[in-house]
Amino acid sequence: MKGLSTLHQRNSMVLAIVCIVLCLVVMQLWLLTATMEAFLGGEDFIVWPAAAASLALFGLNFGLLHFYLRTLSC
Amino acid sequence: MKIDDHDHVTIPPNGKAHEPQPAWREEFPIDWPKDEFRSRRDFTKMLGLTSLAFVAGQVWIGVLSIMRKSRSAPARMDLGLLDELPIGGAKRFEFPSPGHPCLIVRLEKDSVVAFGQKCTHLSCPVIPNAELGKFLCPCHHGSFDIKTGRPLAGPPRRPLPKIELEIKDGRVYAVGFAEAGA
Ligand code: FES
Repeated sequence: MKGLSTLHQRNSMVLAIVCIVLCLVVMQLWLLTATMEAFLGGEDFIVWPAAAASLALFGLNFGLLHFYLRTLSC
Repeated sequence: MKIDDHDHVTIPPNGKAHEPQPAWREEFPIDWPKDEFRSRRDFTKMLGLTSLAFVAGQVWIGVLSIMRKSRSAPARMDLGLLDELPIGGAKRFEFPSPGHPCLIVRLEKDSVVAFGQKCTHLSCPVIPNAELGKFLCPCHHGSFDIKTGRPLAGPPRRPLPKIELEIKDGRVYAVGFAEAGA
């Protein structure tokens, strides 16, 4: 990627991506435990919206990962 | 490998300048920035897979929810004569199938309630105490309201599953599970 040619710059970029992905994964973990709790309490209406939200978070993660592997990898 | 391009090659592990590095560094040139870059890349890939696993977990809960909804209503079960149960007394039964312990408690002359006996924290069997108006869980001192099954104290956060009852000709029948929050 032009403008990010040195390994040092790329490492910083990668670190930023790792931090964002980590935050998104933690949100997914919270979502999973909250959904399980609601499901066990008999509240089924929340299950599919939560699955959709988790899928959206995965989409973001996938996009970042794709950018990382395609653009930043050496 | 020649140590000449400082942008692409090695920061020596001892952190000193390139020139005074010993000769073996040329034989084993560990490129720390590259090494860091690759380990971060692998870590991010692992995070991506973890993220996918969480989506799979959510879908699995969704499937369980569909299966639970499509399950046919449990068969009606005769729990015996209401008058066999003294006021404040309780009786254990298994509903809707063996292995699912439940409790029926007679609160007043005409008032009777039934709940699943497994504590919603870690499944210890709860014990009814009509005097205190609670189901008590001996494992972690959790307690539930005896009339509604709602958690009152301790670690449980979810109510006990309530069983719908029907009284006909002096006999009590378990007919199904009440909706959550009912
Ligand atoms: S199992 Fe009942 S409070 Fe923990």
